[in-house]
Amino acid sequence: MKEQLPDIDKGNLIICLRGLVKSFGPLQVLQGVSLDVLKGENLVVLGRSGSGKSVLIKIIAGLLAPDEGSVKVFGNEVSQLDFAGLQAYRRKIGFSFQSGALYDSMTVRQNLEFPLVRNKRNLSAKEVNDAVEAVLESVGLPDSINKMPSELSGGQRKRIGIARTLILHPEIMLYDEPTAGLDPITCVEINHLINKVQRDYYATSIIITHDLTCAKETGDSLAILSEGKFIEKGSFNDVFNTNDTLARQFYNYNFTTNK
Amino acid sequence: MGQNGGVKNVPNSKKHLVSASIDEFFLGIYNVHRFIGRFFKEVFMPPYEFKEIIKQCYDVGYRSLVLVSLTGFITGIVFTKQSRPSLSEFGATSWLPSLIGIAIIRALAPLITALIAAGKVGSNIGAELGSMRVTEQIDAMEVSATNPFKFLVVSRVIATTLMVPLLVLYTGLVGMLGSYLNVNSNEATSFTAFFKEAFTSITFLDISASLIKAVVYGFTIGITGCYQGYNATKGTAGVGRAANSAVVISMFLVFMEEIIIVQVVNYIRPLL
Repeated sequence: MKEQLPDIDKGNLIICLRGLVKSFGPLQVLQGVSLDVLKGENLVVLGRSGSGKSVLIKIIAGLLAPDEGSVKVFGNEVSQLDFAGLQAYRRKIGFSFQSGALYDSMTVRQNLEFPLVRNKRNLSAKEVNDAVEAVLESVGLPDSINKMPSELSGGQRKRIGIARTLILHPEIMLYDEPTAGLDPITCVEINHLINKVQRDYYATSIIITHDLTCAKETGDSLAILSEGKFIEKGSFNDVFNTNDTLARQFYNYNFTTNK
Repeated sequence: MGQNGGVKNVPNSKKHLVSASIDEFFLGIYNVHRFIGRFFKEVFMPPYEFKEIIKQCYDVGYRSLVLVSLTGFITGIVFTKQSRPSLSEFGATSWLPSLIGIAIIRALAPLITALIAAGKVGSNIGAELGSMRVTEQIDAMEVSATNPFKFLVVSRVIATTLMVPLLVLYTGLVGMLGSYLNVNSNEATSFTAFFKEAFTSITFLDISASLIKAVVYGFTIGITGCYQGYNATKGTAGVGRAANSAVVISMFLVFMEEIIIVQVVNYIRPLL
């Protein structure tokens, strides 16, 4: 179980979602989702495949617009930001995609330089190089700097994807299935990296997963998304010491059936 | 709990103005109009992606040279071979250089180059951007506070708009060269005499109209490929569809533009 970090600022609300509704054609994926995330907190969102977890963080990142409801991050309503405001907002958030979403035609170095040189145009070549090397060091892949994404393993791609977001020193990290499709050892490495990001970058994180080990290792709090709404919220023990069928199914599959 | 993680099926209460397909058609036109509008807005706004533009110019221009050379050369030879019997019936084979010059510069070079570019460059752009869209690479650019439209779309459309005219000039010259080799093998005409004869029939209007056509074709191929790729959906099948649509739509548009521009040029020609 993850130890509670002392620097979670319980008085400082960073992300505030109220009554989010999102439909794709006749499918209503989110049905009035409300959520608060505190500064410095790692919140894990659990839920079945297709339950709208990824949609939720894409709405927070401004990649999708909600049909109804409010998304306030840093006190600003995301859907009302103009292009410049949205760009300024996105400089403060990092999004780790499930596949890594590395730019196939660029080397690892170019992938990391891409957001940096476009957001901090006054940096010298040496400063850019130092930042790239530092962030690669922090994700434990300093030797991959000149590799192409196709030469990397799944876990390495995810770590480089995280490094690409860290290079801008985000205040909020959004992780979409960070351990999906990885072996248990790599999963542990990714979990450690998520905790390291929280500790070293003081980042507030939302982690979308259905891996309970990841949830247990990285989450300060958990929320279960079902039927387009959160059915349980709280600490790991609070959430799983209930009689809710879905919560029990998750727990039993991860910690009983496989053990 | 239902399938799909418990998401609810709600009745689709969306009302259509006419019908779903007609609404979709006009919505498509509106989206293309917005896409082109965004291009013209972004193309003049700094920061500029010069490095990417140069890279794309290299990909569109230099990497198409072999294919364009081969096609232009063969077209020149074949067109000359096919024209010779008709002209020789009237004892007018000496008109071959003029005929070839007019045909290649006015029509064949722009059209052949545009069709090759639509096939090679358009499909490449559609597939590349489509693949980037479905693998969330474009989303990754957006959330890292960069402007993927400027980096991916503006640079590619500028490259096709600049490079297709250069390729047209090059195809024209290579086509004439092919034609000359055929004429030379039959009539032993000198290089200077052939080109002097060919260029006496070509006017400034012919060359400028060809270049204007090439600019329009280049822009069409670039914007069509980018629009199809940038808006690709539904996984790998969507990437294939984007590449295919990029080729089919841009070829269709090239022919439509050819008809319109030829009409305009033929209207202007007597006035000059």
